[in-house]
Amino acid sequence: MAGKASPKAPGRAGEQLARAGLEGLVAALVMVGLSIPIIAWRTQTDPNNNLVLGSRWPLVAIAVATVFLARFMAGLLSDWRMRALAAAAAAALVWGIDRLSSGHAGAGFLYLALGAIGLAVSLFVDARLARPASAPSRRPISSHRLARVTQFGAAAGIACLFAFPLVAAHFLGSSGSLKWINNYGIQILIYVMLGWGLNIVVGLAGLLDLGYVAFYAVGAYTYALLSTTYGLSFWICLPAAGALAACWGLILGFPVLRLRGDYLAIVTLAFGEIIRIVLINWSDLTNGYAGIASIPNVTFFGIPFVDDKTGFAAHFGLPFSPIQRIIFLFYLILCLALLTNFVTLRLRRLPIGRAWEALREDEIACRALGINTVNTKLTAFALGAMFGGFAGSFFAVRESFVSPDSFTFIESATVLAIVVLGGMGSQIGVALAAIAMIGGTEILRELDFLKRIFGHNFDPAQYRMLIFGFAMVLMMVWKPRGLISTRRPSILLGAAKAQGAREPA
Amino acid sequence: MGDFLQQLINGLALGSIYGLIAIGYTMVYGIIGMVNFAHGDLFMLSAFVALIFFLVLTQILGMTSLPLVFFLVLVGAMVVTSVWNWTIERFAYRPLRGSFRLAPLISAIGMSIFLSNFVQVAQGPRNKPIPPMFEHVIELTPGAGFDVTISYKQLIIMGVTAVLLVAFWWIVQKTALGRAQRACEQDRKMAALLGVDVDRTISLTFVMGAALAAVAGSLYMLQYGVVNFSDGFTPGVKAFTAAVLGGIGSLPGAVLGGLLIGLIETFWSAYISTDYKDVAAFSILAVTLIFLPSGLLGRPEVEKV
Repeated sequence: MAGKASPKAPGRAGEQLARAGLEGLVAALVMVGLSIPIIAWRTQTDPNNNLVLGSRWPLVAIAVATVFLARFMAGLLSDWRMRALAAAAAAALVWGIDRLSSGHAGAGFLYLALGAIGLAVSLFVDARLARPASAPSRRPISSHRLARVTQFGAAAGIACLFAFPLVAAHFLGSSGSLKWINNYGIQILIYVMLGWGLNIVVGLAGLLDLGYVAFYAVGAYTYALLSTTYGLSFWICLPAAGALAACWGLILGFPVLRLRGDYLAIVTLAFGEIIRIVLINWSDLTNGYAGIASIPNVTFFGIPFVDDKTGFAAHFGLPFSPIQRIIFLFYLILCLALLTNFVTLRLRRLPIGRAWEALREDEIACRALGINTVNTKLTAFALGAMFGGFAGSFFAVRESFVSPDSFTFIESATVLAIVVLGGMGSQIGVALAAIAMIGGTEILRELDFLKRIFGHNFDPAQYRMLIFGFAMVLMMVWKPRGLISTRRPSILLGAAKAQGAREPA
Repeated sequence: MGDFLQQLINGLALGSIYGLIAIGYTMVYGIIGMVNFAHGDLFMLSAFVALIFFLVLTQILGMTSLPLVFFLVLVGAMVVTSVWNWTIERFAYRPLRGSFRLAPLISAIGMSIFLSNFVQVAQGPRNKPIPPMFEHVIELTPGAGFDVTISYKQLIIMGVTAVLLVAFWWIVQKTALGRAQRACEQDRKMAALLGVDVDRTISLTFVMGAALAAVAGSLYMLQYGVVNFSDGFTPGVKAFTAAVLGGIGSLPGAVLGGLLIGLIETFWSAYISTDYKDVAAFSILAVTLIFLPSGLLGRPEVEKV
């Protein structure tokens, strides 16, 4: 890789330029190979239902030119941030040329200028960065102070979260705040909760579970079926859903006790898929693909959110607004998530939590010490599954509709990615990762301004999962150990403290 | 009897496709110990590449000789898919080599999501049908009182699979590249010390896996006549099952596992239930891993402390 190029000596500039050019050419050639069939032609169905090809050569040219320029600049730059900037600038430059050639002079010159400025800035800043500067040495924060800061930050964050829906509803009005509370608040919190639940299994006990969505589905269908068939209320079904999901955790956990690592991941994936296929095909119970609709809504401990005398608004003398239900749902999932977090934090201090962490670090040593690995693993599975069941039951009450489509492998992969990106075991890391990944994909729904750049046929929502997958790869390459990777056991002996600061391999 | 023989032939044809994909999994797992989650989607991508090449050759270039077209499609798909997998390895897996164990797995899952959505965005979400080819069937049991037929498609699938397997078997067993691969499989550090270019060997392993996945993709398109961007996941998991069943890391095992999975799936659909045919494959995966983790032909893994 050219990134490890030595600091630029004046005489080497030409050589470096040539090498960067060559790398750019190779990258461009590879890009040609990648884009030739898939991008260059688009298959379309004509009126006679035959497939015909439409060509898209300008797109190929744009892609190849961008890759060339970005790789060329990467060869010249050594700082990765400047490389990223240069890549973006390269894209802008190429796009500007494309706009110019299709007659949009204004936009064309704008992007050309932006791209040129970006390239210049990246070159200039990179040259400054390459000079050995006397870097200010960072003082390590003492662990005591860090703990206090974390505690304070967590308390403040939770207070903000509790205030958030009321503030949003007050300032944005009922319809304006719906998007923020529902799409961002509730959606992210569901994944925070799922992440924390899976964190028990993956982060603490080190058992790689790729079928977590199965328990989510069990919880959702438990509530859906119990409430539509027997008319049970949400507050009865919630513990039932948790208990049932925990049972399934035990049932699925038992056969896989001997497996570890990737194999465990694949088997749990298979279990997740089996449960989904059963949900699809057992039509008598689950209504198959069509799913279960008109699931009863959530009530305020028995008082429904409806616009009449028996409703929540009338009861408390408030004007009726549909946002009240959403706000209640927000508080509900917030409390459930905090419960998950609280239980996890407490369990970590119990012998069982210590046993999980020991199991994660070294199973053989764990056994040699007389820890019952069967119980340890099964409790982790069951508890993780229980919280998944709670979350699933919440999902059903929020959507009022469940179908097997909501419980695909992508969900499991997303939750696992959140846990791994969060740093495997770090509660705050999981929350941050959920915000980054789920919030990020939600933002992609909003980017209507991109239509002005890429034309009206451009639909950013279409690219959501594409960017999501790509971001997953990039984040792993960037931080393979997750955002917060201080994976330290909760308890250490005095002598081991010095060593414990290092990461176990 | 006739029905049984017919299902046997159908199962072997399907199993050949699974076997070809399974080799990609087993080779990559053998050499870097990673489940290449994106392999199923790479297979799907290669089916699209084959579809587009087919349309280019028949519509734009106006070629009419089907065997020649199919041969060119096969070669083209192999080349393009190899470039794809080479790039994926370089971009998404190589930087993570020697890093935390879960990182490559997550990266591969991300790549899998990326690939299927990339194809969806680039080619549209609808099913892509092609006109049927090689329609002829051969009567295998004339005058026996029951009909057993084998179609040209099935013959092509089995023939191509057999030829490629022999070729790749030869590469792995007899060439310097194959020796390097087997060396890396046993001990990567030692192989590097002895002068094997480990990075290059791993890249070539991905390329070989991709080439076989491309063949599988082309054959899949030929057999079913329709491809969709979401077609990668289930065959991918089934092929992984095949690799596990045969013993991961073992090339003949992957083929054997593929054939078995194909047969089981076909017989299950024919005699028990079509709805639950995927459950059959997934259950085999779970049962194999639990009771026979080293597979049929694999070496048992010895755990050292």
